Amino acid sequence: MSTVLARRAPVAKLAASGLLSLAVLATRDVVVLGLVLVVCLAAAPFFGIGPLSLAKRLWPVLAACAGIVVTLSLFSADRGGTTLLHFGPFLVTSSVLAASLSLALRLLALAVPAVLVFASTDPTDLADSLIQHAKAPPRFAIGALAAFRMLDLFRQEWRMIAMARRARGVRQGFARTAFVLLVGAIRRGVRLSVAMDARGFDSGLARTVARPQRFGAADSGLILGALVLAVFAFFLGTQ
Amino acid sequence: MIKLSGFGWRHAGRRAWAVRGVDLHIEAGERVLLLGPSGAGKSTLLQAIAGLMPSDSGESEGELAVEAKVGIVFQDPQSQLVMSRAGDEVAFGLENLAWPRSRIWPRVEEILKNVGFGYPLDRRTDALSGGEQQRLVLAGALAPEPGLLLLDEPTANLDPAGTSLVREALSTVDTLVLVEHRIEPFLDLITRVVVLSPGGGVRFDGPRSVLSGPIGTQLASEGVWVPGRPLPHLPAATGPGETLAAYGNFSVRRGEALVVTGPNGSGKTTLALTLGGLRPPAAGTVVTAWGDRPHRWRARVLASRIGSVFQNPEHQFVTSSVRSELALGGTPPERVAELLMRLRLDHLAQANPFTLSGGEARRLSVATALAARPRLLILDEPTFGQDRRTWVELVNLLASLRDEGHGILAMTHDPSVVHALADRTVAL
Repeated sequence: MSTVLARRAPVAKLAASGLLSLAVLATRDVVVLGLVLVVCLAAAPFFGIGPLSLAKRLWPVLAACAGIVVTLSLFSADRGGTTLLHFGPFLVTSSVLAASLSLALRLLALAVPAVLVFASTDPTDLADSLIQHAKAPPRFAIGALAAFRMLDLFRQEWRMIAMARRARGVRQGFARTAFVLLVGAIRRGVRLSVAMDARGFDSGLARTVARPQRFGAADSGLILGALVLAVFAFFLGTQ
Repeated sequence: MIKLSGFGWRHAGRRAWAVRGVDLHIEAGERVLLLGPSGAGKSTLLQAIAGLMPSDSGESEGELAVEAKVGIVFQDPQSQLVMSRAGDEVAFGLENLAWPRSRIWPRVEEILKNVGFGYPLDRRTDALSGGEQQRLVLAGALAPEPGLLLLDEPTANLDPAGTSLVREALSTVDTLVLVEHRIEPFLDLITRVVVLSPGGGVRFDGPRSVLSGPIGTQLASEGVWVPGRPLPHLPAATGPGETLAAYGNFSVRRGEALVVTGPNGSGKTTLALTLGGLRPPAAGTVVTAWGDRPHRWRARVLASRIGSVFQNPEHQFVTSSVRSELALGGTPPERVAELLMRLRLDHLAQANPFTLSGGEARRLSVATALAARPRLLILDEPTFGQDRRTWVELVNLLASLRDEGHGILAMTHDPSVVHALADRTVAL
């Protein structure tokens, strides 16, 4: 994680991605959405994320995009424009294609910046940056960090509970498995918060910071760059 | 350093006092072993001394004066670690106490060296073994230089190797109060033994030699692992019968107790799940007396042939009362009654399984695995974290099941299980 954009302050990355999301939500123009997407994809190597790793993280989104195109070509009420393809129930016209393309691009243009930010950011750095740069309460940032650490435990626990249910002779039930997981998670959460209290967390004292995070000109630059792109996209899209 | 006179604590909404009538003075340099049957209020007392009982969470009586900074370590390292890197974990407590940054990192390095933590500061905490994690938790508690360290069953979740890591690290601590079931590894460290009465008050307070006398005998019968007390030895009365399940060069037979040993991470759980038909084998085929490939059987069929008992009993509970837990899948009422009686759960028939104590939950998990009368019973760390009394009950039960013609396969890192039960042992 030593590429130029990966090294930026996590808060700056979050802000940049947030600005782009706002611009993307404000437009349905295919050209504008494509522009934002192309810029983000071009920035990916500077976040230290290769095309393969990006595709791997994006596959659920790509699947959703394919779903949008298929669904709209089957069920869309607006079938104007010229007919491009008519095969059984599939009637693809130019307006159907434009609508589904715009939706799919919008989804991608929202997802790619978020993936770039979270794939290139260490959760501990994110919490530190939130506390030091965005003045987030440590109770929230550190608490979320501790909870995040437990996600992997919960994944393992889920598999164990599912197997234990099979051993009992009952079928896998999502709700019940989730309930057992939740009971365990709450107990674990209570124990963790007692342990954190015991170490003086959130005791009213002003915490010091063991890992100072830098916020420099380059970080402001990233936000500024995203702002310029967002404003440009916004005006281009609403013209 | 610590003075309790007539101290008591009652949790909000409870009628009974969790702990009551405790008179206790602890001075610097003392290493106290705090004993008592489960329910005597040991954990409550530790938390009260650590200042973790906010006044709105219950009611106190008597006096509690703590003239020292206090650190505390609990049982499960996984629910004490906050950060994902080892150095950050130790620094966390120092940040909370507003230590200046220039002093934090030198102190982190110093304390990690003192407890014998041999990894770099950026070591991922989730890549550590349980024993190493607990050693890190200990470093985190010791970093702010507490005058007194409290330990609430710090090794109950660890294998013998992990326990000795914690034991080594503790020898650097001057003043401590330790609550633990398995006390043998810590005895040479201890200067004083305090025994709480379940009815309130301190039953005994004195040197550790008390454990070899009548009080030691009584503690052993109440569940404390007092060293030097004999454990049952229960070899099979007859030879083993036909093979019930086999995988690779590994087989379990009818009427025998096979014990598989090995440290955490040696693959005991994977082997138990594979033989139990709960996951497909990595290679080869599982062959059983009822046909091949148990992982493809329907769940109902599997449960009537092979019973599995998981390390965490709660994972197996699927209903909201002990009775319906046993009746699940159409177990006849007389079988349910028999199991309730046999595992001493009859007084808890209406209780919610998630509210049971550790020993009760373990007994119920064994009972549920037996409900559909499987011939083969596979248990993953059945004695993990159990007190001596539950342990003896469990071993007796498994021996009698074996003598009735069941095949028993137990995965464990507990050497006493091997001695008490094993007709055959395999080390992974």
